[in-house]
Amino acid sequence: MEFVGFLILFPFVAAAILACTKNDNVRKIVVYASSILIIAAAVCFSVMHLISGEAVAYLEETEMIDRIMMCGELFLTVLIVVLSIRYKKVLPAVLSLLQTGLMLWFELLADKPEAEAQMHLFCDRLTIVMCLIVAVVGTLICVYAVGYLKDYHNHHTEYKDRRPFFFGMLFVFLGAMFGLIFSNNLVWIYFFWEITSVSSFLLIGYTKTEEAITNCFRALWMNLLGGLGFCIAIIYSELVLNISTLKELVSVGDGQMVIIPVILLAFAGLTKSAQFPFSKWLLGAMVAPTPSSALLHSATMVKAGVYLLLRLAPVMAGTYAGTMVALIGGLTFFAASVLAITQSDGKSVLAYSTISNLGLITACAGVGVAQTVWAGVLLVIFHAVSKSLLFQTVGAIENATGSRNIEDMTGLIKRFPALAIILCIGIAGMFLAPFGMLISKWAVLKAFIDANNVVLIIFLVFGSATTLFYWTKWLCKVLVQVPGEAERNKTSANQWCSMGIHAFMMIALCFVFPVIAYYLLQPMLYELYGKIIDPVLSASDMYIMLLMLVALVVIPVIGNIFVKNVNMTKSNEYMAGINTGDNKSFVDSFDNVKTLNVANWYFTDMVDEHKLMRLTICLASAVIVIFAVIGIGGAL
Amino acid sequence: MSAYVAVLIRVIAFIVLAPLLGGLLSGIDRKITARMQGRKGPSVLQPFYDVIKLINKETLSIGRMQYLYMFCFLAFIIFTGSCFFAGLDILLVFFVLTTAVMFFVLAASFPNSPFSRMGAMRELAQMLAYEPMVLLAAVGFYKATGTFAVNDIARQDVSAIIYLPGIFIGFVYILTIKFRKSPFDISTSHHAHQEMVKGITTELSGGMFAILEISHWYENIMLLGVVALFVINSHWWSIPLAILVCFIVYFIEILIDNTSARVKWKLMLSSAWAVTFILGTVNLLILQYLF
Amino acid sequence: MAKISKSPWLLHYDGSSCNGCDIEVLACLTPVYDVERFGIINTGNPKHADILLITGGINTQNKQVVEQIYSQMPNPKVVVAVGICACNGGVFKDCYNILGGADKVIPVDVYVPGCAARPESIIDGVVKALDILEKKREV
Repeated sequence: MEFVGFLILFPFVAAAILACTKNDNVRKIVVYASSILIIAAAVCFSVMHLISGEAVAYLEETEMIDRIMMCGELFLTVLIVVLSIRYKKVLPAVLSLLQTGLMLWFELLADKPEAEAQMHLFCDRLTIVMCLIVAVVGTLICVYAVGYLKDYHNHHTEYKDRRPFFFGMLFVFLGAMFGLIFSNNLVWIYFFWEITSVSSFLLIGYTKTEEAITNCFRALWMNLLGGLGFCIAIIYSELVLNISTLKELVSVGDGQMVIIPVILLAFAGLTKSAQFPFSKWLLGAMVAPTPSSALLHSATMVKAGVYLLLRLAPVMAGTYAGTMVALIGGLTFFAASVLAITQSDGKSVLAYSTISNLGLITACAGVGVAQTVWAGVLLVIFHAVSKSLLFQTVGAIENATGSRNIEDMTGLIKRFPALAIILCIGIAGMFLAPFGMLISKWAVLKAFIDANNVVLIIFLVFGSATTLFYWTKWLCKVLVQVPGEAERNKTSANQWCSMGIHAFMMIALCFVFPVIAYYLLQPMLYELYGKIIDPVLSASDMYIMLLMLVALVVIPVIGNIFVKNVNMTKSNEYMAGINTGDNKSFVDSFDNVKTLNVANWYFTDMVDEHKLMRLTICLASAVIVIFAVIGIGGAL
Repeated sequence: MSAYVAVLIRVIAFIVLAPLLGGLLSGIDRKITARMQGRKGPSVLQPFYDVIKLINKETLSIGRMQYLYMFCFLAFIIFTGSCFFAGLDILLVFFVLTTAVMFFVLAASFPNSPFSRMGAMRELAQMLAYEPMVLLAAVGFYKATGTFAVNDIARQDVSAIIYLPGIFIGFVYILTIKFRKSPFDISTSHHAHQEMVKGITTELSGGMFAILEISHWYENIMLLGVVALFVINSHWWSIPLAILVCFIVYFIEILIDNTSARVKWKLMLSSAWAVTFILGTVNLLILQYLF
Repeated sequence: MAKISKSPWLLHYDGSSCNGCDIEVLACLTPVYDVERFGIINTGNPKHADILLITGGINTQNKQVVEQIYSQMPNPKVVVAVGICACNGGVFKDCYNILGGADKVIPVDVYVPGCAARPESIIDGVVKALDILEKKREV
């Protein structure tokens, strides 16, 4: 209990201190100290919880806290309305007022059925997984941000240095995430949900450029729309179904009974996890400094969306809500991975890949059987680590080279070997055997076949191919041997620290994943489904994967020994006989020396980003409308 | 215990025999091709002469990493094939195969050579084209037999091809890409297509090129193994039948190679995806609703 | 040990010529002459080639190109100069930009005369080159 309270409240305290801190060194110390405290608390709590092995719930009397939360909500609404008026935006203000009006009416005036005493906080193994991700990945990003932002403001003197505000927001975000995952009461979840929406809005608008303002308001209205769905779901389930907690909602047994709130909550989850048709806000979020992108993409925000969907998975299975979520997820997985091929900006590729991977997790949640949830949670873990690593590395590369375009990363391995290797670990983690994503994909495919879902199978096989394409071409670009000297690296120690730990975790996860699967995920399924589930990964499958892992370690080692003893003659590259000798340039027909550049393929003549985007948004909107109408109409 | 011994024997047989069979097959391929063109053609042992020569030649290189990538490519191909013939999970086999090809692509895009890197991009486009069908084949096997394990797939009472005619045809279609046959010989440029020299293999000389040839022999045998898996069932006669089917499929590939002009990569990609999508989906839907 | 001469791969380079010998070299690959029966392949890539077949003379512009592709062939390797132009510059010999035959820039092992050289003599030249290749390998 004390730990949970600490994890939720402490980040807010740290945020308050940071918001008042102007001195760089003080800020550094505060960030380091609070990160260590948060990680320590989260790890202690998880270990204690896992040893006792029980799902536990806390806190019954909450009159006081409810009041504080209501004040908080009112404050957020006032903030949104004031900012909307200042920047002349109508939609966010309207949505926010609508939500708060509804909530106020519900809390103060509505004729609520007499509620039994409920557990407001709750913790099971899914919570533990999320808690560790937020604590470890989230705080490491904050540590990284200390060095990054200093550099960032040296490069970008045109933006006002609002670092106290930025760091305050990062920690508010972490606090809200802890609140969200530990809460059981729907109103509480909703409160923290709204905090994440608003703080992401403020972070995206950090630079206050015109583009940033447009994008942050887009993020705001889309998330508020989801929030509105959340709010209606709360009111409906309380007034009609007499359900006030998430745990009750998912343990109803028959999904048909609670389909209306489930569809609405799933809708909220889809907006937050940036699924089509709401993907644009996450793409727009890239205008913010890299640490905030890393935070939004890996540990927080979008993970809040899929967390909610995974929680709802048991009741979504086999209902219209589940079909809707699964279809949207499958479509998003495929479409976003095709769109990622067309991008040359490193951060855009990462953004599309986030959307794509979240699509896969969403599809897992939508199918809703134990195997897919298992795979979904595994994907969440691996994705959080590798995506955070990738964003940080691309950020560091941008600070070092002045560009985050993949075409400018040609031969990075020569210029910045350490950064390039870390980047490669991140990329390999996203798609190569035997890293986690592939294991999850294997489990997902199997589960989709068992679920007899041909549409999802098709999305998955095509999406896997496109995913392979855009990662491999990036990898090739980084590893090309272009003659050049190693350059001086300006990446600061705290950035290295964060990236190093991430890279280590990425590799370690490959080795300990059977342990995670056995001790964490399998019991988690029992908690979620209330019955014993056969091991998703059988012992023989596990052996094969370990065999693959061994092969991946042993083969390059043997290869290295072999290659060391091979006789080779140094030669230059074949360029039709006109190589100038340095492998970098050639002599053209007018005897001029020209530099050679081989660009990657982006398929821009085949795939029009905007057209495909529009098409997918239309399709996804149609899916949501149709299934929501059928689902809700059928229930009414 | 005897089961493990059987597996071990199969794996060793694969590691030893596959290059011999693969090389021979490649020699027969060149002979038949020559006869189709009205030429005498080289000896069927020609591929072995080529590889022995390459091993004995000097190896020119840009850096040792390239050799290491090629070594990993060969090792992973052998590993993939061994897993397949050991009867392990076919989906994982395909995943490892992808990793293996990845090393090949890395080896080709390691030098800054324009032809080699262009070839690497084309190879990636080829992967993009065939990967969905390869995965769908695994899905099909699972649907038809209820298991991913190659061992169990081969022990059904009825051949998988009875349930998977569409997927089988689709698989043969993408085999043209995997065997590097015209019209889809996009990345390597065999024969007289030399607009980008030798594409992905341009910078591979001597030993590295020999490694590539041997890898292809292993890979081809493994792929024909997948073709055979469509046919093999618990009856003894299915084995000669499967071998016959493999020969017929390979002959068809040679015929296609010699009767078609190379297409642009876009046509390869769109046609492979269309075939995969139509045949794959229809086949899966029929399986789902009729059986 | 199989001989290198069982698998000679060619690289064909055309210098300053009228393209007559060029055509004759390609004619060797056709069904009539079918050089592939000797295991010969026209690779088009110096890094795969054992024999450099050069037609046409050397001029100031292609001098570096010939030198470079020759240097990019792995050892052992031989050069066959096909046609009179490749042997000594032929009718172009006195042109302002012509340096002469292939032997002005790289060591030539076999000279195949003719204008244009006939496919039979080209094949004959290649077969002679194979013996030299074999000797070079033994060194």
